[in-house]
Amino acid sequence: MSEYIEHDKTGVSVGIVEKKFFTFAQPPKEMTLENGSTLGPVTLAYETYGELNPDRSNAVLIMHALSGDSHAAGYYNNDDAKPGWWEIMVGPGRGIDTNKYFVICSNILGSCMGSTGPGSINPETSKPFGLDFPVVTIGDMVTAQKALIDHLDIERVLSVVGGSIGGLQVLEWCLRYPNRIVSAIPLATTPKHSALTIAFNEVARQAIMADPNWNNGHYYGGAKPDLGLAVARMIGHITYLSDESMRHKFGRRLQDRSDFSFNFDADFQVESYLRYQGSKFVERFDANSFLYITKAADYFDLTRQYDSGSLVKAFSRAMAKFLVVSFTSDWLYPTYQSKAIVKAMKKNGLDVSFCEIEADWGHDAFLLPNERLTALIKGFLERVYNETE
Amino acid sequence: MSTMKQNDSKIRFDLQIIASWIEPRSKVLGLGCGEGELLHFLKKNKGVTCTGIELNEDKVAKCVEKGLTVIQGDINEEVLDYPDDAFDYVILSQTLQQIYEPGELIRSMLRIGKRGVVSFPSFSHWSVRLQLLITGHAPITKELPYGWHNTPNIRVIALKDFRRFSRETGFSILREVAINTDHHEKSGNIIKLFANLRATYGIFLIGKGKQ
Repeated sequence: MSEYIEHDKTGVSVGIVEKKFFTFAQPPKEMTLENGSTLGPVTLAYETYGELNPDRSNAVLIMHALSGDSHAAGYYNNDDAKPGWWEIMVGPGRGIDTNKYFVICSNILGSCMGSTGPGSINPETSKPFGLDFPVVTIGDMVTAQKALIDHLDIERVLSVVGGSIGGLQVLEWCLRYPNRIVSAIPLATTPKHSALTIAFNEVARQAIMADPNWNNGHYYGGAKPDLGLAVARMIGHITYLSDESMRHKFGRRLQDRSDFSFNFDADFQVESYLRYQGSKFVERFDANSFLYITKAADYFDLTRQYDSGSLVKAFSRAMAKFLVVSFTSDWLYPTYQSKAIVKAMKKNGLDVSFCEIEADWGHDAFLLPNERLTALIKGFLERVYNETE
Repeated sequence: MSTMKQNDSKIRFDLQIIASWIEPRSKVLGLGCGEGELLHFLKKNKGVTCTGIELNEDKVAKCVEKGLTVIQGDINEEVLDYPDDAFDYVILSQTLQQIYEPGELIRSMLRIGKRGVVSFPSFSHWSVRLQLLITGHAPITKELPYGWHNTPNIRVIALKDFRRFSRETGFSILREVAINTDHHEKSGNIIKLFANLRATYGIFLIGKGKQ
């Protein structure tokens, strides 16, 4: 996912929010991961907005994508330049209305925004994990989120919502803890990565691992593999846009010059944009987390996970009401992949709504202001909330 | 001829008739459900569990905003995914005349549903017959308002033809009503005498197997 949010001018916001931490799986009760290894203690950074109602039935759990964090909405202080990454969707009166719902967003396991990941201190060595951090899965991320939901004493989450890799977590929730959720909103997502998606992720990982500073993942305290991570991010940004959106946004326009430089500077605006996105990303993101999270996403495969061999059988466990949304120009997680999910849900007699939104902005469309998406989410949440009463 | 006056005058007259045939708390699939007028009515007033299928994104969104379950897609394809007898009723309202393979679709409707409801504008209304006879032009009426070059209505159906079609295709007509109304009107007339000539719309409740 890209970063789009600039300072919100409407003034409608959850306001000042606070990042909190929840630590669990203290040894000897470590968390057992899908690959068989154990991990503990585990910390999740999380934020909450709005109020939990007396019967604790209005919780909405938001899942972020690859580079996101727990900061979905609001500001940390009055001088904060930017609100959370989904400010346009989460807030008073917005699509996910914080006047009605208790919104939770946690940073995923393996990330670097306050939750336990490869950059965290390994209690056994008192040094950062680096590649000693176990390869976690989307299922492990969801297991950790469920521990947070238990901690918050919420029996059933009204809705789990997320796009892209956040959408993978949404689908995992539906099959892993079907009786703990009422509804689910997977956006711009897939039941498994296609070869195309894995290929892009692999090139991005290779860019990081080819950086001499990467040093097999042991770079903490020294020079970081910034060049590799920047290139990885540039590749990501190409996949988040579309042919159409890049033509609109950049075309062949030149950046701050009237003619070619006849050297390898950033002549074109699109080059300049990618370089800027890459250099901005390395300031805030850990290269190893990028490796771990993309690998987890590539491994994700609902048909394999629920050892059924078919998506239809996998979804026989699901109980939630669904709103599935895809975007016409998304070539990273194209509509046919969302339709495969919808088909499996239909065959299981599940309550599913599906909408393909006409949008030119590629995969990133789910993060951009979109009245249609806001109205869909708002209407769906209102309905499932009313039906639980 | 009897004038039907329903308590709820909010929905179209033809939809009022269809709604009156649907058992409370049943499961309904609406094919080409539009903005979900009928499904919303059934859900609110009869406790019906509804799903709609609609191709148009704007209309799909309107349905979701109303709190309906709806899938964006082509009805001919979407019906294939449901298990047998998944619904008590599958409704095809005012759409049969636009279907390329009506036999296939009706067979699918009666596979996934226990019963079907089919309604369509009648091409055998006297005004249609008269226009062709007198003016020599392809008829244009309130119910069939398109010219030959821009009509989505690729099927020309008369009530009599649909009855014959049921015998040939092998499904049964359990109930039928012929009505005479501009379908945007909230009230209308049920036609009993010379229906094939006088009705603008036909509404049929259909079931599996031959009569």
